[in-house]
Amino acid sequence: MLTIVFTAMAYGAVFVFVAGFLAKMYKYAKTPSPLKIPTTPAPLNPIGAGIRVLGDVIFFKSLFKGNKWTWIGGIVFHYAFLLVILRHLRYFLYPVGWDMSLQNTGIYAGIVLPIAVLYLLMRRTTVDRTMFVSSLPDYFALALIFGIAVTGLLMKYYVRPFMVDVKGFIFGLATGHFSTVPLEPVFLLHLTLVMLLLVYFPFSKLVHAGGIFFSPTRHQCDNPREKRHINPWSPNLSA
Amino acid sequence: MAKVKIEVPELTGRIEFPQMKEGATAATRCHVAKEKDMIALGFPATLVPDWKEKAVQKLDELLKKYKSLQVYLDICVKCGSCTDKCQFYLGTKDPRNMPVARQELLRKVYRRYLTLSGKVLGSLVDAEDLTKETLDEWYTYFHQCSECRRCSVFCPYGIDTAEITMAGREILDSIGYGQKYVTEIINKVYTIGNNLGMPGPAIQSTLDFLKEDLKETTGADVEFPMDVKGADVLLVTPSADFFASPHVESLAGYAKVFKQAGISWTLSSHASEAGNFGMFIGNFGVMRKVASRIREGIEEIKPKRLIHGECGHAWRIAYSFWNTLIGPFDSLDPKYPAPQHICEFTHDLIKRGALKLDKTANDEFVVTMHDSCNVARGARMGNSPGGQFEIPREIIRATCNKYVDMAPETIREKTYCCGGGGGILTDELIDIRIKGAMPRMQAYKAVKDSHGVNFLALICAICKAQFTKVLPYYGYPMEEVGGVHQLVGRAIVLGGKEGL
Repeated sequence: MLTIVFTAMAYGAVFVFVAGFLAKMYKYAKTPSPLKIPTTPAPLNPIGAGIRVLGDVIFFKSLFKGNKWTWIGGIVFHYAFLLVILRHLRYFLYPVGWDMSLQNTGIYAGIVLPIAVLYLLMRRTTVDRTMFVSSLPDYFALALIFGIAVTGLLMKYYVRPFMVDVKGFIFGLATGHFSTVPLEPVFLLHLTLVMLLLVYFPFSKLVHAGGIFFSPTRHQCDNPREKRHINPWSPNLSA
Repeated sequence: MAKVKIEVPELTGRIEFPQMKEGATAATRCHVAKEKDMIALGFPATLVPDWKEKAVQKLDELLKKYKSLQVYLDICVKCGSCTDKCQFYLGTKDPRNMPVARQELLRKVYRRYLTLSGKVLGSLVDAEDLTKETLDEWYTYFHQCSECRRCSVFCPYGIDTAEITMAGREILDSIGYGQKYVTEIINKVYTIGNNLGMPGPAIQSTLDFLKEDLKETTGADVEFPMDVKGADVLLVTPSADFFASPHVESLAGYAKVFKQAGISWTLSSHASEAGNFGMFIGNFGVMRKVASRIREGIEEIKPKRLIHGECGHAWRIAYSFWNTLIGPFDSLDPKYPAPQHICEFTHDLIKRGALKLDKTANDEFVVTMHDSCNVARGARMGNSPGGQFEIPREIIRATCNKYVDMAPETIREKTYCCGGGGGILTDELIDIRIKGAMPRMQAYKAVKDSHGVNFLALICAICKAQFTKVLPYYGYPMEEVGGVHQLVGRAIVLGGKEGL
């Protein structure tokens, strides 16, 4: 029974995440930009603008200009999270192959992740300006990821569910060869929180993960004199 | 009318993070638009009875028209990077003037009516009903933003509060809750042709006066042609250049440069305004209608080149938007950029040795430069990114012996707004303007103390008007404010080397 519930929930969560996220990205992609509004100085061609966007995606360059303390917290948090996710690919791969080399790093990242969350929470609550603008959704996102990280670490160091069962269940979900869900409460809690995060993702500020690619001040290049930009909903003087 | 309460921040030479004071400037609100101006701009004359529905409808419409608005309302994570970057927060201490908090005024209403999570979960996800209080907060705080884009530099996603402010003002206009200063000025452009409301003959008499004045002081014949069909260059400049001080000094500077270049040029009594307050209210149609006078001016004069005077927001619109709004400029000579900034033009002449400049003419000045927000972050000069910083500085250095930059975190792309941009250059907001100028004034004081600076060089009509008004409140004489081409005009040796 529990297996059916968790299997259904897992598919549902992944569906909501993928469909919701793609729908948002589609909406961003198709919404027009009537004017050229790159924040200048800006690169003069689309390739340069692409590099500028990647600078923000990979190095958080603008945040670095803005606030070094938030930058270091943000960088550590995001890269720790990324490594943890990459490490988890072992549950979807058979044989595990290349992902084996990431297992140790992934574990260290898993230890760093909740610490980074606490650091960001501390930033949020100790600076009067961020305290003023923070509210429930901001704390909820941090709490959710903290919960996921801590339940993950618990399984690594304390409760230790039988890994063959865990992999069997997850791999089964991925390939359609279903097997029973391991009845370890910490694992079920971990899984539930992950599904909650997936469902919450497309409807919250977490869509910044994709939205960053659609920010006109960053992805537009500076060439309005050379190339006439057309406003699609008012293309010329008579329209 | 109640007298505006004014508090001038103390000058220490340092920009410090203030202790926040909630609601500090909640009561400082600009005058509401006159009915006749609203009607002229195509907006409802006064607040419509079904304003709530209409406002949400307008927001929904704008979300489908502006990628910036749609993306920016969704993706802010409230990291706080912008919170200490806005001159209006630093000056007023009102936390609603932190960029993220200003955006949140619109965002909470967006969530409530136009997102699934907001409709279902309401206040749990910061979704709030649109009430009259919220509407009034919009009116207050969207008119304590100068759309200067400083926050967007530091945002990890490039969220530009100017885009949010423009949308907010566009919604307010669409329900009949417009602002007097901007709508009045746009109506003057519609009816007379420029922001100052100067008809052709009034401009002509200023030009005649300038010509006589220059003849008396320099002995040279400097022409100020108007409506000369077939002139090589059409100069479009803010109308303040025909009227206000120190703006006129720059106009004299442009004229002297053209004379030395040996190029035929003209002003246009029809295209007599470079400024375009349509941008301030975020209305594409109004902005295009204002800009279309430039197109008509080109069709009438038939110049080879289009050159633009010293004005910040106007240069952003000319450089970044004109091609979209009123382009393409097929009738102009493709050898030259269209439009070209007067600084690009002068800089080019200096590089080629075509101007003789006597730096000692400006020896009484120790000069610094304030980068105008819209030029710095919304446009460019020259062929490489950042030319908008280098070109004016190279011109200044060629015209005077003593130049120093202000602190690096207050210039170039990180420049502060003068505190009067974006349509808030109006008397009833003087307290906001004084406070918004605080970061610039601190940086100015620092170089005054260290280097004896006594000239603040500008390339924007709004900066010039704002600083001449605000400097005296901080204890400095308004004569310390001037244009880059004022320095050029003083240094240029007329007849020294004529022609190209």
